[in-house]
This record gives sequence, structure tokens and C-alpha cells, in this order.
Amino acid sequence: MQWDIVIGLEIHVQLATRTKIFSGSSTAYGAEPNTQANAVDLAMPGTLPVPNENAFRYAVMFGLAVNAEIGRRSMFERKNYFYPDLPKGYQTTQLEQPIVGPGYVDVDLANGETKRIRIHHAHLEEDAGKSLHEDYHGMSGIDLNRAGTPLIEVVTEPDMNSAEEAVAFARKLHSLVTSLGICDGDMSQGSMRFDVNISLKPKGSDQLGTRTETKNLNSFRFMEQAIAHEVERQMDILEDGGRIVQETRLYNGDRDESRSMRTKEEANDYRYFPCPDLLPVVIDDDFIEDARSRLPELPDARKARFKEQYGLNDYDAGLLSGDAKLAAFFEEAAEHGKDAKLAANWIQGEFSARLKAEEKSVAESPITGAQLGDLVVRIADNTVSSAGAKKVFEALWTGENDNVDAIIDAKGLKQVSDTGALEAMVDEVLAGMPDQVAQYQNEEDPKKRKKMLGGFMGPLMKASKGQGNPKLFNEILVKKLGG
Amino acid sequence: MHNKSVAELSRELESGKISSVELTQQFLDRLKQEDGKYNSFITITEEQALADAKAADEKRAAGKASAWTGVPFAHKDIFCTNGVRTTCGSKMLENFVPPYDATVTEKFRQAGAVCLGKTNMDEFAMGSSNESSYFGAVTNPWGLSTGQKRVPGGSSGGSAAAVAARLVPAATATDTGGSIRQPAALCGVTGLKPTYGRVSRYGMIAFASSLDQGGTMARTAEDNALMLNVMAGFDPKDSTSIDRAVPDYTATLNEPLKGLKIGLPKEYFSDQLSPAMEEQVLNAVKEYEKLGATVKEVSLPNAKLAIAAYYVIAPAEASANLSRFDGVRYGYRCEDPKDLMDMYTRTRAEGFGAEVKRRILVGTYALSHGYYDAYYLKAQKVRRLIQQDFANAFKEVDVLMSPTSPSPAFVQGEKTNDPVTMYLEDIFTIAINLAGLPAMSVPAGFVDGLPVGLQIIGDHFAEARLLNAAHQFQQVTDWHQREPE
Amino acid sequence: MSISREDIEKVAVLARIKVDDEQVSALEKDLGNILDLVDQLSAADTDSVEPMAHPLDAVQRLRPDEVTETNQRDAFQAIAPATEDGLYLVPKVIE
Repeated sequence: MQWDIVIGLEIHVQLATRTKIFSGSSTAYGAEPNTQANAVDLAMPGTLPVPNENAFRYAVMFGLAVNAEIGRRSMFERKNYFYPDLPKGYQTTQLEQPIVGPGYVDVDLANGETKRIRIHHAHLEEDAGKSLHEDYHGMSGIDLNRAGTPLIEVVTEPDMNSAEEAVAFARKLHSLVTSLGICDGDMSQGSMRFDVNISLKPKGSDQLGTRTETKNLNSFRFMEQAIAHEVERQMDILEDGGRIVQETRLYNGDRDESRSMRTKEEANDYRYFPCPDLLPVVIDDDFIEDARSRLPELPDARKARFKEQYGLNDYDAGLLSGDAKLAAFFEEAAEHGKDAKLAANWIQGEFSARLKAEEKSVAESPITGAQLGDLVVRIADNTVSSAGAKKVFEALWTGENDNVDAIIDAKGLKQVSDTGALEAMVDEVLAGMPDQVAQYQNEEDPKKRKKMLGGFMGPLMKASKGQGNPKLFNEILVKKLGG
Repeated sequence: MHNKSVAELSRELESGKISSVELTQQFLDRLKQEDGKYNSFITITEEQALADAKAADEKRAAGKASAWTGVPFAHKDIFCTNGVRTTCGSKMLENFVPPYDATVTEKFRQAGAVCLGKTNMDEFAMGSSNESSYFGAVTNPWGLSTGQKRVPGGSSGGSAAAVAARLVPAATATDTGGSIRQPAALCGVTGLKPTYGRVSRYGMIAFASSLDQGGTMARTAEDNALMLNVMAGFDPKDSTSIDRAVPDYTATLNEPLKGLKIGLPKEYFSDQLSPAMEEQVLNAVKEYEKLGATVKEVSLPNAKLAIAAYYVIAPAEASANLSRFDGVRYGYRCEDPKDLMDMYTRTRAEGFGAEVKRRILVGTYALSHGYYDAYYLKAQKVRRLIQQDFANAFKEVDVLMSPTSPSPAFVQGEKTNDPVTMYLEDIFTIAINLAGLPAMSVPAGFVDGLPVGLQIIGDHFAEARLLNAAHQFQQVTDWHQREPE
Repeated sequence: MSISREDIEKVAVLARIKVDDEQVSALEKDLGNILDLVDQLSAADTDSVEPMAHPLDAVQRLRPDEVTETNQRDAFQAIAPATEDGLYLVPKVIE
């Protein structure tokens, strides 16, 4: 049987506010446990929440960026459940009247098509703390630094039909929130977490199947794997005539396996009700216009500009415009390097490979866009060969030296481009290889001639101690050998 | 000295006739000697009080004193006090010493007042007799000569008994459904529950967030005004606190009452009220007529639904508010939990008393799947009807008057077996919390030697008018000066 | 309206309060009485009435996004039942 895959996403986006959603505690990542958990965050008796203005500003900016209605009057509810990382015994969240209403995002797919994914809504809520499962004499340790960090939970319609579409949407959303500057986008630190709702239905049927929810996927790769895994799991069950149980599942990316966390029957009765400690939040025109004025250039607009301004092709422009930090890095490199296309090649080649190898984000790159731009200048003006440029890049990356020209000098990577000197070297080498010269000159086939030319390059590079400009050598050779 | 009001003590200190250290020592000695009879305090902070008194004397010597500098008082044990145990009347918080102050606590500190300790209360402010306290019942100073111990009312029973017994001239209190007014009435003292949002709730341990309001208790209306001058005001730490100017509540105490329009809600003079109680309340209303007020009957047709609405809304909010008491970060944790579930369920079963558990369970039930609309949503709608009744009444009159409680102080143990009978104690006070209105209870006579309270209800932010009306009444009556034998 | 033993047991689990059989019996009576009291609500005509969550018709203020809190871990953990290495300890959490 043929199946249609139906996927909806819920994405938790940690907002990059300085303080928590309901208290003045810092949200900085990586602090010692519980040093950023204060009276309100710890739910000390008598303490009360006061909402953070920036959390609302960021949520509204997000709403504007996904073409959504803004909730002019939004409310907070309490979602009640007990868990050691949830200090109040309830999560303060939005249910009935969220800050962001229906909207949409257009996603470019690999086949060149654009697909519109509808946003059902996005609401503000507080993050929980962390349970550390290392063994403390048979007990767990609780760190509440993260408790109260503002989140928006973005809920899509079930508009995606493949892992590829879901990941493309997720990447687009990632690029959107990082471009907006409302989220640092660092998925390894949990800044964005994805829950995936998946169901299957017979091809062409308009009846949705029973769905499962796979929770807390924190990388695009895991997300893609988890979807593939779950689709296969469901397909196996359905093709064996079985039934899908509505449940929440946990996916283990390292082992590529999943297990049930709880079924619908076991689902908690969350007893939502309006939070009496908080009043309705009214968002007026001024607030919305202020948020609008803070919107930076968004990825779609940036992509168009990269094509126009830097002459990049659609593919390069798409890759470089998605991530705000990468886009900024590229623009800096292009500006310093003059040759945007060459800068783009280096960013997608050496630079990206290196980041990936060391699992670093653009922000963590040891080299700046300006440095890469300087290197591009030296490649373009033939000061260094591409092999030499890689050595310069290496020296920049390891921090050996931070100046491109100084590295070229110190390492003797400067190419000899003095035509007179190069001609003398060519004469000398050719004089020492009369047989090969004769062979070349007797060859009729231009292809073979070209290949034979390479045989002279080795001795030439050796003669020039590797510093001769290969391009010029080539030109001189051709001239001297008579075409 | 112990018979003097806050205003009088303030003048004594100002004149230099007595120092705060001397005054504080006198009150502490009396407190330690007498409170065995009442159990009105959970914690006495002698050392801290004397240190604060010394600081107050220095402040006064430096010419920086305000009305409260050096005056002794007490906090209901629901207000968090930095470095001083705050129990909320519960085993759950038996050893809880908060490292922070409630906003109300901080304001009294800044005013230089000297806190003698923390008063007893119903556990988590849930009760109308002060019998649900983990630290034992409080005994009403009135009616002891009959040989029976009577309740002081609740939940602020410790504050009311302490003020009535002259252990302190004033004490803070809180009111969620009548917890200031009913004990004030039963103990023959004057209490004020301000408009919702007038006094910060920060650091005041929550029972039902949309109903809780901190307030005042003292023997005179004037002292209540002095207390409210300290307590009232906007607090950026409380989202439900109202940003509105605070008048000097003592400035308007002496306004004449001529022309004051009084409404008597006919629903509050029903057959639930004994004729003897009714007579006392109507006599008080006659005094107001002598002072130039006019009286008319008004109707609050939905008032009869107030108790039903309250016993959905308050337990629902409480069920969530009390979830934080889970044995993880502070407070009681059961011995040797075998797993996480065991820790939660035993900590909460052992740490909470019977009435608190009942209300948590009722609230959980009312919010649970399938019952939300029938209970919680319905109660919220009725709440609006009740508020509209009051709004309509205040189009016709300036204040409403009624009895505070249906009967005077009852004997301990009389109503503990039946929660619903106990809930009916608040039949005249509860609607005021649902509507967020300010109201007072003022001593207005005696039945069988036990005090009777007159409830005066005002429109939102009408505290000054209520205090003025109570003060004028106290200029022509002496019920508030009577002392239990 | 009455409440069943099963309901009481279910609600007690939701509220994380351990109740024994004897307590369930007492609660059956007490909660039943309370719910009878509460059932008076059903008599009210509330068809076109907006629910009221707050006594005052006020709107929420928002706080500027500025750090106002400092590390007070020692003070807070001094009153905690069990801590180690700055963490609160609880019986093993199993997901």
C-alpha cells in the first residue's frame, strides 16, 4: 500500500532576553547550578510573577515575521503537573488567547518548489529547569537556572509530508528566529527543541490517521532520522494490519530507536485555568509598530539582495542568507575581499568544513569575515596560490597569527609573479629537458599537449622553491614551446 | 501602656516620656506572661524586637521619626519575614525561615515599627475559627468567664485575639473570604480589608490569588488608618497591585457624616441572623442616622450564590498555589521516600492538615477534565453577577452595612466536624472578596457578653470613606474600648 | 452531587496527596457536602455573562528586561531539604 505522511511540528524557541520571563534573574547559559535561580524562579512562598517586556516584544516580532495576527489581548494560564524541575507545580503558559495567532512561512524545497507551511499559533511560556540523572547516592540533582527562561512554542498545521519538508521548514524557522535576533539558535544548548507529530494515511485519503508525538529533538539530523524511523515504525504496524496508538515517544538518536513515554490514556489532566497572579496583556498599535521597526532584513529579502548585490546564484544566495550570523560573516568577507563569488566559495568550502569538523557555530569561529576577506584579496591578486591560501587559512584558524600578509611573509608563501625571473627559470628548465620539449612539439593532439605541459610544472615549481605563480608559468611555457 | 492605641503610643514616644526599648520590653513581658491563655503567637522575636526598638530610639533621637517609629505590633504569620520563621500555620513550613521580606514586612521595617513576633492563624489561611493551625487553636479572650473556650474566628484569629487581649496594639492580617473581618468581629476589634490590589501581595503566602488581600487590625479605626498608611501602595513586584496614589487615611477621619447614604442589603438581614445580632447591628445603624446619615434598603440578588462561587474559585486557585509545597526546595519533606511519587504524596499528606487537603482536593476536582465548565467557569460567571450587584448598589448609596458574622464567637470544637457549617460563618463577608471591594468590621455591641461586629462595605478604593465612617462611629460609641475581663 | 471513591482517589493522585481508605471514606462525605453547596451555582442564569477572573478590570504591566537578581544560592539552599554540589536532590527522576 502507498501511504501519505502527515507531519506537524511544535517548536520550542528560547528567547534571547537578558532576564527570565517572570523575574529579573539572568538567563545567561552555562552558570553554576542554581546560581541564577532566585526567589521567584524557585517558587518561594509568596513570590509573584511580573512579565518581561522583551519576551512580548520578541514574540510580536516573530508574529510579524511569519505574517501572523498578533493577539491584542493575551492571557496566561496555569498548566498543572508535578515534576521536580517545575518549581511552582504548574507551568505558566498561554492556552486560550496566545500572543501570536495564525500565520505562515514559505519554504524553499530542494526540487526548486516553494511550499507554504501554516502556523496555527505561537504562545509564550516558561521553560522548566533540568534534572541531572547522574547518580547522587541514588538521587537526581535539580538545576533550576533554566526555570523561567522565556520560550515561544510555535505550533504548525500538519502541512508537511516528508522528513525533507519538515527539516526544510525547521531550518527556515531557525534562520528566521536567528535573523530576528530573538533566539541564539544554538541547538546543542537546547535553544530550539522540536516535537514532531506524525501520522500516516492511505495515499490520497482525506482522513487523518492516528498520530504520535516524538518529543525533544534538538538537531536537524536527529529530526530527520526520527521522522524516518517513526514513519517506518508506523508503516510496519499498519501494513501488518495493526493500529497506531496515540502516544508520546522519545527518540534516541545515538541508537536510532524510540520508545513510548506515555499513551493518551496516561496523559496528565493538566487542569488549565487562567493564572490569577497575572492580568490580561494588551498589545496596542504603538507596541506593534515599535516591534515592526525593530525587524531586521529577513532571510527571503536577504537572499534576493545577495543575488542582486553580489551576483550570487540562487543556490549560493540561499545557503548564505539563511543564517543571520553566516550571512553577516559572508558580507564582511565579501566587503573586505572585493570578490564576492570567491568569498562565497571559501565560506562554503574550507570555512564550513572546518566549522563542521570542530562542531563550532559561526559565532565561535576563530577567524573573522574581515580576515577571510583579506585572504580572498591575496588569492584574487595572485599573491598566494590556492595551496598557499589553505596554509594561510590554517594559520589564521589556529591563531598562529591574525594578519594575512604577515602570515604570507612569514611562511614564504608569496608567489613569484615577476615575469622576467619566471622566464629565466623556464628557459633553464626547458634547456635541461630537451627530449620532453621535442616530444611536446611533435604532438598534434591539443589535449595530450595540455597534459604534457603538466610534466614541466613539477620541475618549475621545484626550481622556484614552490613560489612561482603557476598561472604565469603556464602562460610562459605555452609561449616558449610555441603554442 | 498596653491599653493605649498606636496613635497614643506614638505620641508618648514623641514626647520622650518613654523609649521604644522600654515600651517594647513592657509589651514583650506582657506577651510572654499572658499568651499562654490565648496561643495567639506562633513565634515571639524578642531579641530582634529589642534591637529594632533600639534602632528606633536612635532614629527618633536623630529627628527622623515617623508615626510608627518604635511602636510595637505583630505580623500575621503569613507575611514572609527575612530571617524569622514564617509558618503560615502549617507543619509544611514549621522550620521555614525565608531569606526575603514580604513587601508589607519591608514597609513596616522602613517605618521603624517594632515587630514582636508572628501571630497564629488557620493553616494557609483556610478556616474561620483558627482551629486548623498546626500550632494549636487560638482562644478568644472574650467569654472565658463562662468556663468555655471560644474561637477567635479565622483565619487571622491570632492577630485578632492578640489585639483584643492587649498583647499588641495592632497586627497585620489577611482576608480571602472574611479572614480579617470575621475574627475582628468575634474578638471585638476593628479590622479593614482593603480593595483588591491596594496592598501588595508579594511575600504574603498565597491562598487564593484573586481574592487574597492584606489588611489591618487594631482597636480603633484611627489605628487602622495609620496601618494602612504604611501598607497601601503600588508594588512593581505584584502584577495585580494597582498604581494609584495613596491618600493620608488619617486626614479624612474627622469629616462629618452628614448626608452619608447607607444601604442595608436585605439579603444580609435574613433569617440566618439571630434577632439579638440583628438588634445590635440595627442599633449601630441608628447611631449613624443620628450622625446625619440616611438609610435605605438595597438588594444584592446574587449574594446568596457567593459561598458556592467562592468554594469553587478559592479551592481551585489554592490547589495550584499550594503545589509548590512539594518537599524539593524548602519546607517539610517526608522521611525516607522510596521514590519520587512517594516523596510527593507523603510529604503533602503529612505536611498539610485536613482542611487544607480537603480544599486542594475540591479545587483539583473542580478544575479537572469534564468539570471545568460546570464548576470553575460557572463560578467565574456568577462572580461577575455578584460584582454587578454591588456596582448597582453603589449607584444608589455610599456604603453598605450589615452584620459581619451570623453569630458571635462559638465554642471551640463546635463546628470542626462539618466543613460546610464552618463555611457558612463567612456568609456575609465572602461576596466582598469576590467583588474585590474594601470592607471593615467595627465593634458594635454585645450579645451574651460576646462582641458583635458591624460590617461596612465601600466601593473600590473607598478605604478613606470607610475609615471616616468607622472613626466617627467610635467617637460616639465605646464598644471598641471594652476590654475582656 | 456526590463524588465517588474512584474520583477521590484519582484527584488525590493528581494533587499528589496520599490518602488511605479511611480518609477516602471521610472525604467522600465531606467533599460530597461541599459539592452539594457548590451545586447551588447551577441555578444561576449565566447565559450571556462573561467569566470574571480578576476583581479589577486592569491590564498587565510589563517589566523592563533588566537583571535585578544576584546569586543567592547559599541563602536559598540553606533551607532546602537536600542539596549537593549546588543541586537540589530528589529521589531518582525517571522519564
